[in-house]
Amino acid sequence: MMWDELTAEFFVGHYNYWMTTVLMMIGLYIVVSRGNLVKKIVGLNLFQTSVFMLYISMAKILGGTAPILTDNPNEVYSNPLPHVLILTAIVVGIATTALGLALIIRIRESFDTIEEDEIFEIEQQMAKNATSSSGDR
Amino acid sequence: MLSSLTPHLPVLQVVVPLIAAPLCALFGNRHLAWIIAFVAALISFVISTLLLGSVLDGSVISYQIGGWAPPWGIEYRIDAANAFVLFIVSLIGALVLPYARQSIEREFDASTHAYFYTCYLLCLTGLLGVAATGDAFNVFVFLEISSLATYALVAFGATRDRRALTAAYNYLIMGTIGATFFVIGLGFLYMVTGTLNMADLAVRLADVGDTRVTRVAFVFILVGMGLKLAMFPLHLWLPNAYNYAPSAVTAFLAATATKVALYVLLRFMFTIFQFDFPVQELTFEYVVMPLAIVAMFAASIAAVFQEDVKRLLAYSSVAQVGYMLLGVALLSEAGLTAGIIHLFNHAVTKGALFMAVGCFVYQVGSSRLGDLKGIGKSMPWTTAAFAVGGLSLIGVPLTVGFISKWYLIQASLETGSFLIAGLIVASSLIAVVYVWRIVEVAYLEPVPEGRVKQEAPLTMILPTYALVAASLYFGINSELTSDAASQAAAALYSVTDLVSEGAAP
Repeated sequence: MMWDELTAEFFVGHYNYWMTTVLMMIGLYIVVSRGNLVKKIVGLNLFQTSVFMLYISMAKILGGTAPILTDNPNEVYSNPLPHVLILTAIVVGIATTALGLALIIRIRESFDTIEEDEIFEIEQQMAKNATSSSGDR
Repeated sequence: MLSSLTPHLPVLQVVVPLIAAPLCALFGNRHLAWIIAFVAALISFVISTLLLGSVLDGSVISYQIGGWAPPWGIEYRIDAANAFVLFIVSLIGALVLPYARQSIEREFDASTHAYFYTCYLLCLTGLLGVAATGDAFNVFVFLEISSLATYALVAFGATRDRRALTAAYNYLIMGTIGATFFVIGLGFLYMVTGTLNMADLAVRLADVGDTRVTRVAFVFILVGMGLKLAMFPLHLWLPNAYNYAPSAVTAFLAATATKVALYVLLRFMFTIFQFDFPVQELTFEYVVMPLAIVAMFAASIAAVFQEDVKRLLAYSSVAQVGYMLLGVALLSEAGLTAGIIHLFNHAVTKGALFMAVGCFVYQVGSSRLGDLKGIGKSMPWTTAAFAVGGLSLIGVPLTVGFISKWYLIQASLETGSFLIAGLIVASSLIAVVYVWRIVEVAYLEPVPEGRVKQEAPLTMILPTYALVAASLYFGINSELTSDAASQAAAALYSVTDLVSEGAAP
């Protein structure tokens, strides 16, 4: 990239992409940094939502309307395909969230916590016990 | 009447398990559910065999969903490459089901068995769909169908060990990040080409040329798929997921899920991106190949120190993915052929090994090395199957593992790299160590008191031996696999054919 490309127009003109990127990174950071399993799911949702924004904003045409047949053959309309794709992706996202939350409920039932570090400690303890018990046999 | 179905075979093999899946849940009876699942898996297997037979001569079957012509409609496109993958997936899918029936009896509550079969069929649907489709976004949808079902399948192991839940959760987080990365990459591709049909994408990307957007798309797709196929160091979800999942699920996943993800990567790298751009070649040469070699060693060494056989084999799977990627990263047709041969051979070998371990779990209730002392005397047939699988993992002649290594070493020598050939041999020696650890415990340790000599039920032994027999048969007579693999490699490589056919509109 040439540095003289970095004009104000470059920044303002790509506003939607900046916001997408910011949201994407916030989401990914939450997934990586938070120890609470529910918060991780929230981060994952943010991450996915940013991708929805990416698709929706690339379908947008300035001054375009909804893609509906009108009498005007020269009607400018937004590209409907990314909208449809994202509808599918939203369904996938909801299914993922639902499954993730269901798993968290089960984890909470059997570990009594949804904090990653506490679960890790319990698992370490389990691994230790298993090693010592199988050594006895 | 049957002949009128013939043109619809490509979509039928995906639709049959998809429709059968909710039926299993609706009837709720586990015996009925098993029959439905098995029949559906069998139908898929028969169809994929027919498809493989009809495309092995290099022809391509194009199926238009709903009669919408590509590139506007979704196209199912069967060529030698994905017919081969479909064949592997449906073969394992049909073989694991009879095995699963007895295996899951001991592993979790009977009331959830119908749901298990539902998830299993959905996972099969997803994997077959990913392989069959010629539409890039459709890949994502089917990938998520199979992945969501997989997360649930892994969590079924929770009755045996509650760590299955956290394994499934972590798999869900990483798998979703991988899939989302893949969608981001697709978005960039759509931005510059305005199409999602794979053949059409290939043509239009060639026109677009080497831009920053295509490079970013390439990297996103590589990393996203890398997560799904457990490319080192993105494999962290794999050991726990394989370890704590029910044995039948582990056998199924180890043989199919990562293989299908690898196929998607190959399809994108070779058919769509076509290596026209220097960035891709450099990425494969300086990133993927070193990582593959590190995987071969690091994961194999990690396997040596595992106390649980399932976990040990899981680490070995990461190493084996390294071999496949190494073959691919050689960027020659011979290397690609070697990678695809190993894809098939490893599916057969790992399927057999995990099935044998499942038999141990069925009788002993554990897959820890400490609990498997003298298992060779109490379960001689299962242990023999395991030993043969282990030999294949090492790459001993007369097993499929040898064929894989043979082609890999040949391909690396062809590119003039003695170093890589040496590294393949050296890392195989580590496999000797971890396989020996298990064999030593199984045969040389005394049988603990109180364990009776009893084999796993026949329905579990037979599928295991079917895969063991396959790993021996294809090890001796490698003509079929090497033919199919070289056809598949040619199909992935012969971009020009695809372009001339796909660019009709």
